[in-house]
Amino acid sequence: MASERYSFSLTTFSPSGKLVQIEYALAAVAAGAPSVGIKASNGVVIATENKHKSILYDEHSVHKVEMITKHIGMIYSGMGPDYRLLVKQARKMAQQYYLVYQEPIPTVQLVQRVAAVMQEYTQSGGVRPFGVSLLICGWDSDRPYLFQCDPSGAYFAWKATAMGKNYINGKTFLEKRYSEDLELDDAVHTAILTLKESFEGQMTADNIEVGICDASGFRRLDPSHVKDYLANIP
Amino acid sequence: MSILAYNGGAMVAMKGENCVSIATDRRFGIQAQTIATNFEKVFQMGPHLYVGLPGLATDTQTVMEKLRFRKNLYELKENRLMSPKVFAAMLSNLLYEKRFGPFFVEPVVAGLMPKTYEPYICNMDLIGCINPPNDFVVGGTASAQLYGMCEALWEPNLGPEDLFETTSQALINAFDRDAISGWGATVYIIEKDKVTIKNLKTRMD
Repeated sequence: MASERYSFSLTTFSPSGKLVQIEYALAAVAAGAPSVGIKASNGVVIATENKHKSILYDEHSVHKVEMITKHIGMIYSGMGPDYRLLVKQARKMAQQYYLVYQEPIPTVQLVQRVAAVMQEYTQSGGVRPFGVSLLICGWDSDRPYLFQCDPSGAYFAWKATAMGKNYINGKTFLEKRYSEDLELDDAVHTAILTLKESFEGQMTADNIEVGICDASGFRRLDPSHVKDYLANIP
Repeated sequence: MSILAYNGGAMVAMKGENCVSIATDRRFGIQAQTIATNFEKVFQMGPHLYVGLPGLATDTQTVMEKLRFRKNLYELKENRLMSPKVFAAMLSNLLYEKRFGPFFVEPVVAGLMPKTYEPYICNMDLIGCINPPNDFVVGGTASAQLYGMCEALWEPNLGPEDLFETTSQALINAFDRDAISGWGATVYIIEKDKVTIKNLKTRMD
C-alpha cells in the first residue's frame, strides 16, 4: 500500500535534537492572524482579527470565537480548518466529562485534554502537527482562567498574552498595559487596543471578533456591542 | 430467585443535622446458609465519603475496586477530592455502561460535600438510576422492612447521637424480619471533623 510509506511519524528529531515539524507549525501560527487574551479581576476577554480579502464576504456567518461549554470559549491563530477540528473535539470532550460526572468540566481539565490531542499529532504516524495555537478562556470555581495551547501540546497559563502575527509587539504592549486589578470592561478595551497596534487598515466591528467570559458564562460579543467599545478608542 | 438475593444483606443511610449515617449488616451467606459474620460492604472512598454495595458479594468487591480505580485517577488528574455528588454520578455511569449485563449491586452513597459539609445521600438500582432524597435511603434484601422502619423512626435535624440511635434501631429491627440479613451490624456516623464506626451486637439466629 502506498500510504504505508508515511505510516511512521513525520515529526522526527533532527540531529541537533529539534523537532523541525513543530517549529514549522509554530511558524504557521506566527504568520496567522493576531489574537489576544486578557484576564481581568471579574472575567476574561479573548479577541482576534477577522479580516476578509474581498468586500463580497458575508462577515458574520463564519466565526473565529467559539463557545465550548457555557463557561469556556476559544480562539486561535493559524489555520482555520485545523482549528475547527479542535473545537469539535473540545466540545465532545467537555460533554463526555459532563456525562460521567454530571458537573461542567473545569477549564484546566479541558486544556489538558485538548493539549493531549495536539501532542498525539506530533507522535502519530501519517499525520502532521496542528497549525494552530489556541487561547482557551473559562470561568470556574469563582475565578477566571486563560490558557494558550501550542502545536507541540505545551500549554501555558497567562494573565495576558498575544499570539499570531506581531505577537512580540503585542506582548510588549500588554506588559506595559496590564495590571492585576483590571476590570472586564477595561480588559476588553485593552485587548482591542493591542489588536489595533498591528492592525493594517481601518478597524471596524466587522473585522474583529471578541469573546468574554465571566461568572454568567461565555459569550461572543455581537458587532453592535463591539462597535460601542470601538467608539471609545481614538 | 433473584441473584441480588443470593448472598443477602441490608443497607441504610440517613441524613442528620450536619451529619450523615450509613449502616449495614455483617452477614455473608449462600442462600440460607451463613458462611461468615464479618463481611464488609461499606467502603471509605474519601475523608467524608462512604459507599455501600449490597447485593451479589462478588460484584460488591469488583465494583468497589473499579470505583476506587476511577476515583483515584480523578483525584490525581484534578488534584482535588471527589465530592459525593460527583462520586454518585461516576458510579451511576459505571453501572449504566453494563446496562445489558449489569453488576448485581444496589449502591448507597453517603457523605458530606467538601467545603460546605452539606450532607448528601443517595441510592440507585443495579443499572445506576440515582435517587437523592433528603431523609433516608435503603438497599439490599431487607429494603422493604427498612423503608417501613425508616418511615416510622426518621425525623428531621437529628444530631449525631440521635442519628446513630435512629439508624441502628431502623436497621436492626428491619433485618430481624429478613432471614438472609443480620448477624451483627456496623454503623458509620460521618461528621465534619470525625467519623465514628460502631459494631453492634445483634441476634445471631
